[in-house]
Amino acid sequence: MLTKRIIPCLDIKDGRVVKGVKFLNLRDAGDPVEVARMYDAQGADELVFLDITASYEKRKTMVELVERIAVNIFMPFTVGGGIRTIDDIRDLLNAGADKVSINTQAVQNPELIKDSSSRFGSQCIVTAIDAKRVPDSSPEDPQWQVFTHGGRTPVGLDAVEWARKAAALGAGEILLTSMDYDGTKDGYDLALTKAVSDAVTIPVIASGGAGSLEHFVDAFALAGADACLAASLFHYQEFSVSEVKEYARSKGIPMRMK
Amino acid sequence: MITIIDYGMGNIHSVHKALESFGAEVCVTNDPAAVERSEKLILPGVGAFGDTIDELDRRGLSRAIKKYINDKKIFLGICLGLQLLFESSEESPGKKGLSVLRGTVRRFKDSRELKVPHMGWNQLHASAARSASSLLRGISDDSNVYFCHSYYVDPENTEVIAGTTEYGIPFPSVIWKENVFGVQFHPEKSQKTGLAIIKNFVEMH
Repeated sequence: MLTKRIIPCLDIKDGRVVKGVKFLNLRDAGDPVEVARMYDAQGADELVFLDITASYEKRKTMVELVERIAVNIFMPFTVGGGIRTIDDIRDLLNAGADKVSINTQAVQNPELIKDSSSRFGSQCIVTAIDAKRVPDSSPEDPQWQVFTHGGRTPVGLDAVEWARKAAALGAGEILLTSMDYDGTKDGYDLALTKAVSDAVTIPVIASGGAGSLEHFVDAFALAGADACLAASLFHYQEFSVSEVKEYARSKGIPMRMK
Repeated sequence: MITIIDYGMGNIHSVHKALESFGAEVCVTNDPAAVERSEKLILPGVGAFGDTIDELDRRGLSRAIKKYINDKKIFLGICLGLQLLFESSEESPGKKGLSVLRGTVRRFKDSRELKVPHMGWNQLHASAARSASSLLRGISDDSNVYFCHSYYVDPENTEVIAGTTEYGIPFPSVIWKENVFGVQFHPEKSQKTGLAIIKNFVEMH
């Protein structure tokens, strides 16, 4: 049986790990390879490295970092942030990333999903969606809109519709972040996760809001998430990955144990 | 010396490093002559079936790989590198694979319950008759390995199936025929279990 995945996310700026709360207030926290090794030892199922470096030039360092990760850590990882072209994708995959995650550029140029998935295979093309609840949508029939540029720019797309379209274009996975819940520790946005998970037949990674062990179980059991991503919870060592996995397994969620 | 075929599509760093960590000398090449000459060969794979076979053909690598395999030397295909051994794939209708093994490559039937790609950690079951495969030596049944694929191989001759995994249906996750080995999962990404399989490959002769 395919197990559910627990995925720590590392935000990377200029080649170093940082973690912001609600995309702000970054704090330097170390060498990505060292942090990845720690998560590996804890039994993480995958890792996500999100490059939040602002300048294009400095992004080149991400390719070097990916190479360094690939030769040190024998586990799957996804790289996202600032990916614009087929060449960017090829460089990261050749450097050792298993998957790339595309956010803003996928919205601006959906053909990028189509072209890259037909060339490299759907299995390595993740579409990241930052979604925020439409303020006046009813709690019974909630709607979410898509934001790009690190959550700054609303683009007038419905999140569920966009997920469906991304999947049809060839995306192999959706990394779904709730901007409302991100950083709150109130739990994943279960309604959002369920709406997207029900709408597509590709795996969905829930992201944003994990604050307790129960939150992971809820995302899997109630919202149909295939994987749960968390950053600060693991980063500040409130829980270890192995604690989360042991708890989830005790609640009947299929987990890979060490 | 272990040769890894690098055809410019996809990740070879992890495989390379894993082999070296068990003392193997590694050569990375896209030169058909070097492929034919090699002593042990790995075809890794990321990409679509059709584009990749075109690329292998264009570089003269398809013929070199077939010649190498015909010489009965040890071969390992990983993920797409396994699928390419077969005759055709639903991913790229009309494209002819390396045709080293009879059979085709099929897509999982996706649904809300069965998400495709099959992505993540799933269990490997060595088929009873094949548990002696030197590639799986010491790997306990039900070990978790990492998968990331939408297509699976469907061999005509089921005797080549050395291991299976369950995803809606049981599908072949390890193939073994004489000198030819193939794995649908990524040993280079499967942490301890994967490294043990790579060690077996390094020590095989």
